[in-house]
Amino acid sequence: MLNIALLIAFALVTAAFALALWRLLKGPSAPDRILALDTLYINAIALLVLLGIHFGSDLYFEAALLIALMGFVGTVALCKFLLRGDIIE
Amino acid sequence: MKRLLPHPLLTPMLALVWLLLNNSVAPGQIVLGLLLGWAIPVFTLPFWPEQVRIRHPRTLLRFAGVVLFDILVANLKVAWLILVRGRHLRPAFVVVSLDVRHDLAISALANTICLTPGTVSARLSEDRKSLLVHALDADDHAELVATIKSRYEAPLKEIFEC
Amino acid sequence: MNDATELLLSLLVLAGAIFTFIGSFGLARLDDFYTRLHGPTKATTLGVGSLLIASATYFSVTGDSLSLHEVLVALFLFITAPVSAHLLAKAALHQRLTSLAPLPENAENRPGDALPAAPPSRAEPDTRGEIPNTPGGAHDTSLRERGT
Repeated sequence: MLNIALLIAFALVTAAFALALWRLLKGPSAPDRILALDTLYINAIALLVLLGIHFGSDLYFEAALLIALMGFVGTVALCKFLLRGDIIE
Repeated sequence: MKRLLPHPLLTPMLALVWLLLNNSVAPGQIVLGLLLGWAIPVFTLPFWPEQVRIRHPRTLLRFAGVVLFDILVANLKVAWLILVRGRHLRPAFVVVSLDVRHDLAISALANTICLTPGTVSARLSEDRKSLLVHALDADDHAELVATIKSRYEAPLKEIFEC
Repeated sequence: MNDATELLLSLLVLAGAIFTFIGSFGLARLDDFYTRLHGPTKATTLGVGSLLIASATYFSVTGDSLSLHEVLVALFLFITAPVSAHLLAKAALHQRLTSLAPLPENAENRPGDALPAAPPSRAEPDTRGEIPNTPGGAHDTSLRERGT
């Protein structure tokens, strides 16, 4: 039962990836693209967690944590860049 | 005492995070976590602007419960709005005037508004007296403002200020 | 792992994946930036949250000891998601993106004043260019002055 649920979940998360990628390519504005990148990293965390359950491996957790940390920093840096035209003041 | 243990709440929290990170409760890890929990606040003392004081821990717990419940309910609502009402939403900007003055309370309120689906706090006015909030689907603007004020702002005011 | 846990796990995994999908679906489908912002920053939080709960349950049941470190990722996401949503909204206001909802005129100068009911914006995608986006005039300077 869990395997079927995981398969459906993989399909849904992959579709979510595709939708976010479409928004990333389409834009139309810079904040839209940053939002799409933000969504992509959250989707990546979801996918890694699912892979962790699927393979029964603990190793994916570290990757998910690192993506969460780096993704947030990236979003903040890009927003700062839009707000100030500069990241490091 | 103040210099040796500047943030009494931060130490156990850092230790807890360390234990979660290592996923173990071995005695050695507990000691190491407590050591880190003591050392990090001491060495980062100059970066902490002020001491956080929580006046009513029980109100804080109840508030956390209310927010978690709201996240659950409102997530379902946003999901429904996106799927069913997709192109017939009534988005709106509303201005919430703030009664709270404390920086931490304001940021906690802004975060809470962002975390409960359907609303995003968009901008804090320069004089820190009003918060611009974007709502995904607002029927009655005055009611939305009243809900935010009574449900989230009042407990935060109680927790951080009086 | 008995049947009840497996059912619970399957439900959690499915709910998480559905919410993640709905978040991205909102991102792709909705019409202006400010409404798009709501989908991913919210639905994904709950989606990834329940996936992480499922993962913690799975490793606690199958492994030899309790596994709670997924809580860290969930906690971190719940702290950072509102911050990035707020920053994105602020950046969009700064860029004067057009919006389906009329922007408040000069929100800076009218603290404490709930907006009068906005004109009924039966929002259709092709009307969005008609609403001029005019945040407060002093907006640019206010952002600079507020700097660190």
